[in-house]
Amino acid sequence: MTRMIPHPLLSALLVLMWLLLTRFSMGNLVLGSIIALAAGWSVEHLHPSRPRIRRWRAIPQLMAIVIWDILKSNISVARVLLLGPDHPAYHSGFVELDLQLREQNGLAVLAIILTATPGTAWLEYDAEQSHLTLHVLDLRSEADWQALIRDRYEALLMEIFE
Amino acid sequence: MTHLHQLPPVAAVLIAIFVVLGSSLALLGSLGLVRLKSFYQRLHAPTLAYSYGTLLIILGSMAMFSLIEERPVVHEIIIGVFMMITTPITLLMLGRASLRRDRDAKLGHDERVPPRTRATDAAKPPAPDQAAPR
Repeated sequence: MTRMIPHPLLSALLVLMWLLLTRFSMGNLVLGSIIALAAGWSVEHLHPSRPRIRRWRAIPQLMAIVIWDILKSNISVARVLLLGPDHPAYHSGFVELDLQLREQNGLAVLAIILTATPGTAWLEYDAEQSHLTLHVLDLRSEADWQALIRDRYEALLMEIFE
Repeated sequence: MTHLHQLPPVAAVLIAIFVVLGSSLALLGSLGLVRLKSFYQRLHAPTLAYSYGTLLIILGSMAMFSLIEERPVVHEIIIGVFMMITTPITLLMLGRASLRRDRDAKLGHDERVPPRTRATDAAKPPAPDQAAPR
């Protein structure tokens, strides 16, 4: 099982994607399965750290928080862009954080969340010191950002992955 | 455009609102790319198009083609998933490249950049990120 299908979830999702992109037929099912298996084998050779999901129930909660936060920051960044770059009501800057999350997949998800949120850009992560550098478009105070990321995302991600 | 008359008017209006809102966000993001001052600020502008811009257009497209073809059309979700997992790679590469430029070469500084490492490593020369101690 593990030799033949090293990444069952990934392969299943790839078959599903193949069938969604094409019309369902036996031929497409076979072709999609071959592609999915081949992708699973090649991923196995990359040796990623295998995600172990501890609490599935936290995932919808995290998704809801993220969708809501992205909506809010869309509105605030749109406001900043409409006001123009010289408006005194906001200033941008770098924020440096210390993360407790060390699990690679969790960090990848956090990077996706912070990149997808307008107004925050993940710039650099130092794995040795778990030190993260962000750039924030509408900066209010650095302490707020540390608390926001720790309480809203990091805690949930640690519940899910660690 | 030829299929629009097949849609119920309420749905057509809703879909139009979604698509117009989504593309306005994309337009605003592109405007921001021109108007903002520094490279790091400019990194933020396209995320408007990338987050809710894409989401709204995808929702509009899914609703429209599901109604016209009278079956759930969901493969737009895959577009969204690919956007989500690929865009951070480009943004991260651009961001780190410009951090490195601003720190090492002292070429055109956009903003004052925080140093790469803190006090403990201050003595070491600024090494590329991959050159961790072996």
